[in-house]
Amino acid sequence: MSAASTAHAEQPPADGHRSKSDPAARKWVGPTRHYDLVKEFVIATVVVLALSVVLAGALGSPDDKSVTLQQWAKAAPADFVATAVTELGGTSGTATYGVPYNNTPDAGQKLGPLPLQTLIGRIREPINTANDFVLTPLSSVPNNAELVNAISTFRAASPDQQAKWTAAYSDALTKVTGSDPTAVAPGDYGPVPTLAAAELALAQSGGLDGALTRNNGFYTTDYTKPLMFIADGGYLAGIADSQHLSGDQWGMMNETGSYPGQPWLWLYTFWYQVSPFNTSGNADALVWGLMMFLSLILVFLPFIPGLRSLPKYLGVHRLIWRDYYRNNRPVEPARR
Amino acid sequence: MSVLAMAASLTGPGHYVHWGVVQISVANLVVIGLMVITFVIALLLPFPKGRSKR
Amino acid sequence: MTTADVRSGAQELPEPADEETPTWTGWVRRRALKSFPPDQLLPDRQPIYVASWIYVFGVLTIGALLVVLGSGAALALEGPTWYHTSNVGHFFNSLHLWSVELFFFFMVIHLWGKFFMAAWRGKRALTWITGAVAFLGSIGTAFTGYVVQTNFDSQWIATQAKDGLNSVGIGAWFNVLNTGQMLLWHVLLLPLVLGVLVVLHVLLVRKRGVVPPFGAINEPAQTPAVAGPAPAHTDHEEQS
Repeated sequence: MSAASTAHAEQPPADGHRSKSDPAARKWVGPTRHYDLVKEFVIATVVVLALSVVLAGALGSPDDKSVTLQQWAKAAPADFVATAVTELGGTSGTATYGVPYNNTPDAGQKLGPLPLQTLIGRIREPINTANDFVLTPLSSVPNNAELVNAISTFRAASPDQQAKWTAAYSDALTKVTGSDPTAVAPGDYGPVPTLAAAELALAQSGGLDGALTRNNGFYTTDYTKPLMFIADGGYLAGIADSQHLSGDQWGMMNETGSYPGQPWLWLYTFWYQVSPFNTSGNADALVWGLMMFLSLILVFLPFIPGLRSLPKYLGVHRLIWRDYYRNNRPVEPARR
Repeated sequence: MSVLAMAASLTGPGHYVHWGVVQISVANLVVIGLMVITFVIALLLPFPKGRSKR
Repeated sequence: MTTADVRSGAQELPEPADEETPTWTGWVRRRALKSFPPDQLLPDRQPIYVASWIYVFGVLTIGALLVVLGSGAALALEGPTWYHTSNVGHFFNSLHLWSVELFFFFMVIHLWGKFFMAAWRGKRALTWITGAVAFLGSIGTAFTGYVVQTNFDSQWIATQAKDGLNSVGIGAWFNVLNTGQMLLWHVLLLPLVLGVLVVLHVLLVRKRGVVPPFGAINEPAQTPAVAGPAPAHTDHEEQS
């Protein structure tokens, strides 16, 4: 003890004037107690390991099987065909998304005056839905002269003509009765019905799943195209909704089945449930901006006057340090 | 262990509590509740006294 | 020069050779020993006020992180789709999920405790900052994990999250629909960053010591047995 005291007395203060006014910064020279850090660490790790093993063994984990385009086309052919036609016509969610998939005028969210989506983003995942989702995959279908003809007819037509055909067919699809989703009333749809039927067949065979990832070569780990296509339809969203995972169901916090999810995302998803976010077209950008701002407040709390004094006034520390306060009369700090 | 697993399977549809604009799963509510209880217990439970140097 | 003096870390080690050939190694060693004398890095004692169960939640968080890393390593051994068809794999997936839930459980309680103690006082702002950034980084790391489950949940989470990230332009650079990219971020890049933050955070706690209570009296206890100079040194800042 005396050796340490001697050592302390010989040290010149690093910034003596500051330390005098910040007693909490000084090395503690008051009474101490026995405390075995390594033993605490070992016990804590063993306890957590045991807890994890028990929970894992007893409750398992969720693993709902992934959805394929084949599954979608078989389970909900009407929804699949309707979506495929919007991809062909360039009116789907993906086709009109903008950055980073394509250049759509006026698409893109703004954070106040800042069009961050287009300012910071670039078209780094280019998708032409008509080609990438429909025409190119269909081009790989063998021995179908009618299909080859339909593809070239569509490609040769003007953008206006393509839009007229797909819009008319989309409209007709909504009026279909009966089990064949492609059995529409007669009309001027050009080659679109042929393309739609072929796309449905390709999807139901499983070929479309492969075709959408094959563009990148033999190996791929990038599922952008099939995921964007699936997400354009109602099938994936329907399953999500039934599992309480939709945005307006606080879905971000939830997990499939009855498992606990991500409770720490409560504040992030809360904003989507309330005005003005729940009706804004810029909701994602606004919520992101707000959460970034709040995160900065959390990180820099020590420097925020008022907030940093809150703990002292809330008084929970009186519980934590009750033994210390009982045995030592606390000093009123010289300055706040 | 497998009996426990069958009894406590969480793969069935979740139950949700609705309160105004709030919708929260029972599972998440249990987790948050346990956190608050654990926090309070940690504050209140006496801590073993170590050998102190006075 | 006694070993006691050396161990207290308050005195410079004798380095006559440095004046002739100062080395980078020597500089690093001196800085390390000055900031973290062994007695301070791994002490047997803590200030008397470290006497509450709230103090164990930091180390519980670290313990949970180790189980997360270990179970993650087991999953990595066999690849990202192993657990769908293997009972052993499924168990490690469950271990990974529940250790993550425990990790956040303990970390948030630790955060609550540190907030109510205003633990950033006494030049401990950086300790708070590294902790808060590690918290936010953990959320990001967990997110990349959810997105590489290679099941329905990851399909849904990825297609939803892309909108948030795209809306502020980040999605063009961080493509959550690119499973390969997300897997590498989840298994390598983010845990590395998180690991560095956790190590810095713990070292800062050791360097500054546990924050004292509001209004604590930082003076040696007055006992007749203590010999030596009057405790005027309490006004001097410890060199660190």
